[in-house]
Amino acid sequence: MSVIKVPEADAAGWRCAACDEPLVMRPVELEYLDSLFNVELPACPRCHHVLIPEALALGKMHQVEQLLEDK
Amino acid sequence: MDQKELRAWEARCVQDETPRCTAACPLHVDVRTFCGLMAQRRFDKAWQTLAKVLPLPSVLARLCDAPCKAECVRKDAGGPIETGALERYCAQVAAPALPPKPLPSRRKTVAVFGGDLCGLCAAWELARRGFSVSLYCGVPGGSLLNLPESVLPQGALERELENLDKLGVDLKRDTDLTMALLDSLAESRDALFVDGDAWPAGFDNFGQPDELTLGTRRSGIFASPAGQPSPVLRAAAARRAANSVERFVQGVSMTTSRQLEGAYPSRLFTSLDNVDAAAPVCGDLCPDENAALAEARRCLQCECMECVKVCEYLKHYKQYPKVYARQIYNNASIVMGTRQANTMINSCMLCGLCEVVCPEDFSMAELCLEARRSMVERGKMPPSAHEFALRDMAFANSDACALARHAPAAESSDYLFFPGCQLTASDPDGVQAAYADLCARLGRVGLMLRCCGAPAHWAGRQAMADQSLSTLKEEWKHLSSPRIIAACPTCLNTLRQWLPEAEIVSHWSVLRAMGLPEGARSDGMVLAVGDPCAVRHDRAIREDVRTLLDRLGVDMVEPELTGELAQCCGFGGLLAEANPELGRLVAQRRADELAEDFVTYCAMCRDRIARTGKRAMHLYDLIYPGGAEPGSRPAPGYSDRRENRTRLREKLLRTLWKTDQSGAEPHEAVQVVFTDEAARLMEERRILRSDVQKVLHYGARAGAQFGHDETGRHLASWRPSTVTYWVEYEQQGEGVLVHRAWCHRMRIKGGRA
Repeated sequence: MSVIKVPEADAAGWRCAACDEPLVMRPVELEYLDSLFNVELPACPRCHHVLIPEALALGKMHQVEQLLEDK
Repeated sequence: MDQKELRAWEARCVQDETPRCTAACPLHVDVRTFCGLMAQRRFDKAWQTLAKVLPLPSVLARLCDAPCKAECVRKDAGGPIETGALERYCAQVAAPALPPKPLPSRRKTVAVFGGDLCGLCAAWELARRGFSVSLYCGVPGGSLLNLPESVLPQGALERELENLDKLGVDLKRDTDLTMALLDSLAESRDALFVDGDAWPAGFDNFGQPDELTLGTRRSGIFASPAGQPSPVLRAAAARRAANSVERFVQGVSMTTSRQLEGAYPSRLFTSLDNVDAAAPVCGDLCPDENAALAEARRCLQCECMECVKVCEYLKHYKQYPKVYARQIYNNASIVMGTRQANTMINSCMLCGLCEVVCPEDFSMAELCLEARRSMVERGKMPPSAHEFALRDMAFANSDACALARHAPAAESSDYLFFPGCQLTASDPDGVQAAYADLCARLGRVGLMLRCCGAPAHWAGRQAMADQSLSTLKEEWKHLSSPRIIAACPTCLNTLRQWLPEAEIVSHWSVLRAMGLPEGARSDGMVLAVGDPCAVRHDRAIREDVRTLLDRLGVDMVEPELTGELAQCCGFGGLLAEANPELGRLVAQRRADELAEDFVTYCAMCRDRIARTGKRAMHLYDLIYPGGAEPGSRPAPGYSDRRENRTRLREKLLRTLWKTDQSGAEPHEAVQVVFTDEAARLMEERRILRSDVQKVLHYGARAGAQFGHDETGRHLASWRPSTVTYWVEYEQQGEGVLVHRAWCHRMRIKGGRA
């Protein structure tokens, strides 16, 4: 499965609070209604905790959710 | 829905039916389009509309005796459209049209006997169908030549004779039309048509032509009846004969499926409401262009659209129920691909207004509710469409809000007050005052706080609605089945339908009978009465409410759509959940009905109208007024609605039943305030205060998740069940100031969000 890159995934300035690490882009699996996507998202390089920025949640992610709901 | 059911639905919507004029015209001229083009001064295009259908258009347009006038809907609003005059004007000013292109040759020969109007028309109709036509006549045109110049100007007939020639008709002029010739033509041709005005002596022996087929006793010979005065009917006979010849040479049935050949009745309904009477501008002729334009503009451009006119939802999707039925059917039939109509199906308010105004009682509510149930059954209902509303319903029925008790210190109940979860959410103080009033004046009145189950019903989740109702029923029985006093019109409908064994009255009927309580306002306001859509079929309640308003000294103004025609506010059918933007338009449309302040007796109508910025009040604001000025009470947001329910229950338990049952959840201890922007975003995104508190309590506690280098803000997330919430906040002493909040349904596999 190829990794999708989305411009809305920018999370500049945020760092993982627990590990005190700046976030890096990592491939992450997103799942909704039996569909799986491999997306490059900002995450902590140590604990792998992922951040979903507002622009992504309300933009592309919402669009895909709607699309899958109408499938 | 199967194909048969779809067709039954489609057949009930008359919008696509033929206009009455076209159906009444035996030649089926598209009079509506013709008048529309004439009104736009597009005379050449209008002429093409005529020439497409009329044989010998230059002649027939001038002679048309307009049988359509008898069926013209305009006849009851000033007088029918003078179509004949418009046709004559058009013939005079429009550029001539080319004759139609004939179909490929059928290699069949037909003789036309007689060249008066009917014979010429028959030759035209047969030639364009690809027959090889010979027309036998003395002087072509026959009696038409006797018409004065003012009726048939020089050149009109000649032009059409030239066109007949272009169509390939072999014109045999100066022929002696004898029986001997007829016999020989009958022998030598595949079929023969005899013009009624040219019957030779002895032709009567073949008998009168059959009404349906125009066939005579002799096979292959067709004739028009003699002595038909109407030019249009003569042309129609020619077309009927041509159709018969076509069937005859093909050897198919001469009689089946010919009902729509001549004039037929149309089911198209066109309302004359809001149509001003306007008398014809032209008589037999239009004197000038202005008269022709004015006459054409009198055409109503007939269509039904009764439901679309009154419903913002039906208007929004730009079609009408017949098309929607097909879209809904197609939506359900999709195996792979996107279901385009899901949102449309979930946007119907299920309010039943369309059914009331439809001449054929088409119910979009029935269609859409059935579609929703089917989507739920097949697992195809988009989860996001109704989930928030169903969670709200579950919350209203949870221990935090629900209550079912006899009156304080009473062992039984004569009545049970059922205010409904939305009134409780909107105006808890009003509900408390109403309950106190009922207890004071009626004695043993129990109280039930919960949801009636309408949201689950609207969402197509009947099992969930049944479950909710069965709990309600158990509790009602546990209270010894007292008479129910319902204050919400939707609850009233739902309970009456699903709990038929209960005796249910509206709070308004009770108040009408026992009189207004002390303290009710009576300061002579002028108010627009907004009936909720749920009382559409309940005249008694509407009258009770008006009686109460009258006693309150309210000067009532009625909107155009009132009573049985009441519009929904956009809450009905969960429109506002499935399609918030359209929900807003619907509420705005209702708010814009009248300039006066609005009064209603449905909490959702009141809150949704108030949200548009219009001053709106609930009847409780007048009957059980609190401190605030009634029209200015804010419409609480989603979080406040929940809190109002919870607090009301706690308050009543504490003050009336003297029990303290406030069992706060741990996350409720999180102290949180919101920036205005955050509060706005949360309302728009259906994020509750409690959702934020859960993120801060559970999510942040599991490890403050992210920090921002520059702003110093924190970011945390939590996924209670199907939605992940994110909260961007800043610590402020013991509490938290929330700057932004967002959510998504997609899940990070293996992650916390």
